[in-house]
Amino acid sequence: MSAATGSRWLRRAPGRARPGERRKRFDRIADGALFGICALAALLSAAVIVAIGYQVIHGAAPAISKFGLSFIYETTWQPNFGVFGAGSLLFGTLVSSLVALAIGAPIAISIGLYLSLLAPAGVRGVIGPLVEMLAAIPSVILGFWGILILAPFVQGTLEPWLHDTFGFIPIFGAPETTGASIFTASLILTIMVVPIVASISRDLFLAVPREVQDGASALGATRWEVVRGVVLPSTASGVVAASLLGLGRALGEAIAVTQVIGAGAAINASLFKTGDTLASRIASQFPGAITQLHIASLYYLGVILLVIGLISNLAAQWIGRRFDYRRLAR
Amino acid sequence: MSTAAFDPTAPLTPSGNLRRRRAVSRVAEYGATGAALFAVAVLGAVIYTVLSRGAGALSFDFLFSGTPTGIGPAILGTVMIVVAATVIAMPLGVLVALFVTEFAGERVTAASRLTLDLLNGLPSIIIGLFVFALLVEFKTQSGFACSVGLAIIMLPLVARGTQEVLLLVPGNLREAADALGVSRWRAVLTVILPSAMGGILTATVLAVARAAGETAPPLLLSSVFSGKEAIFNFFGEAVPNIPVTIFTLSEEGSPDGFTRAWGASLVLISFILFASLGARAMHARSLRKMSS
Repeated sequence: MSAATGSRWLRRAPGRARPGERRKRFDRIADGALFGICALAALLSAAVIVAIGYQVIHGAAPAISKFGLSFIYETTWQPNFGVFGAGSLLFGTLVSSLVALAIGAPIAISIGLYLSLLAPAGVRGVIGPLVEMLAAIPSVILGFWGILILAPFVQGTLEPWLHDTFGFIPIFGAPETTGASIFTASLILTIMVVPIVASISRDLFLAVPREVQDGASALGATRWEVVRGVVLPSTASGVVAASLLGLGRALGEAIAVTQVIGAGAAINASLFKTGDTLASRIASQFPGAITQLHIASLYYLGVILLVIGLISNLAAQWIGRRFDYRRLAR
Repeated sequence: MSTAAFDPTAPLTPSGNLRRRRAVSRVAEYGATGAALFAVAVLGAVIYTVLSRGAGALSFDFLFSGTPTGIGPAILGTVMIVVAATVIAMPLGVLVALFVTEFAGERVTAASRLTLDLLNGLPSIIIGLFVFALLVEFKTQSGFACSVGLAIIMLPLVARGTQEVLLLVPGNLREAADALGVSRWRAVLTVILPSAMGGILTATVLAVARAAGETAPPLLLSSVFSGKEAIFNFFGEAVPNIPVTIFTLSEEGSPDGFTRAWGASLVLISFILFASLGARAMHARSLRKMSS
């Protein structure tokens, strides 16, 4: 294709050997126009972020002026009485996402290791795309699967077992009668986090120079010791950045969490109780919200979510930039 | 790799812990393999459930007729919304990528990259809130508002994908164009974009696959349907779509509704999986073409 383009060009070349003055001017204008349009598009994409911040804060303004910062830690949420507070939602968001990350990150890093160091080339070409496909499943379908398939299993098998075995730790309390719980939501979030972290960490591990690993092997290190001593230390900050990106994804997931978390109002030590998250509260109540204060409070949740999400994203960027893996490859 | 002090005079006898180190390594290998298989098993479980439960719901009537028996309007609506979102996002994304690769200096490139990453990391529900405040509040929900929301989700995906493939366009093509005295815009339109076309389409298809399944924006922007059959006022009323259909049916909790939700899930998931598989194949082909 590139060759064909080239020859078409050569044929045209004699015609443009002596370009007319008009054509030159036209070219200059067109160059400027192309630059202008492209710059405008880039500016627009930056403007969208600013506009999102502005609109969400603007929408939250009534709630911000009514509740102030105490909104963030107040735990009462009673739309009928016009009392709103994000405390329990903030708690649910952080707990469900952190549990998801605690389960998901080790699995995802192991998958990254398997795909980059262990798997034979043929298997790698199959399993890699399959893991990435996990990220392509729409969250609404994952949530639906969560309600009907995962939740009964969690409630009937997993939670009783964990409760019986580790019940002395308060987070493994008695299971609820339905499978809807923060724990189920965490498991669904885990499924969403794993492919993101796995594919980034695979790319990181692949960029670790072959010679360094071979050097370690030559010194008698076993495969695990190569990973532990060379691969992981040299990619550590990249892996942390990948996990933060995964965390950002988990924090902001609304739909699937709404479907499985059970919309509880209280803060419980047990993971097996129902709860709710910022994003899922917006998704479940926004379509039915009528009073201005209720809508504004939901926007306020959005503001909090936006701030947490931006922090985790920027932290990922910052940590990721401190460790540029292309530097290693050189 | 023990960090104990190295003693060159120590006799070279195998210490007893070699067996233990081998075992640890073996366990780690099995663990990593197991994790990969586990992820594939979860994917298999989800897809199997959708296939086995959704297949029963599929019928000509289900795919083409309106509510309550079928999801015809939802399929049509999703297609309309996603097509409109693509029409907005694809040119913008390509232009942003062109700006970054062809015109911008190093600092602007870094800033633009950060912008796209932040945009990509935004929770989709926030985008829903934003477009609601922009286009829906004090007016009505509309398919168009939903398209705008999905376009914001697609923009960074298209831009990043295009950017990557533009960087792969061989430098000698650009140099040849410069050597022939071709102006920048002609070079971009007739040389660079055509040779990057495969990659641009791949990125767009992947973005479409992502957008088609997004539920949070449609839930806020296009979810209160009039129940009409297939004639939509795209700019003035909510347009039925598959994700919201699945969501509402799954929250209702009637067995009959569940069956229809599985059917709708099957339609959606097969579209998405085929689109991403197709994009992957296309990507491999265009890479091969570019390297040859």
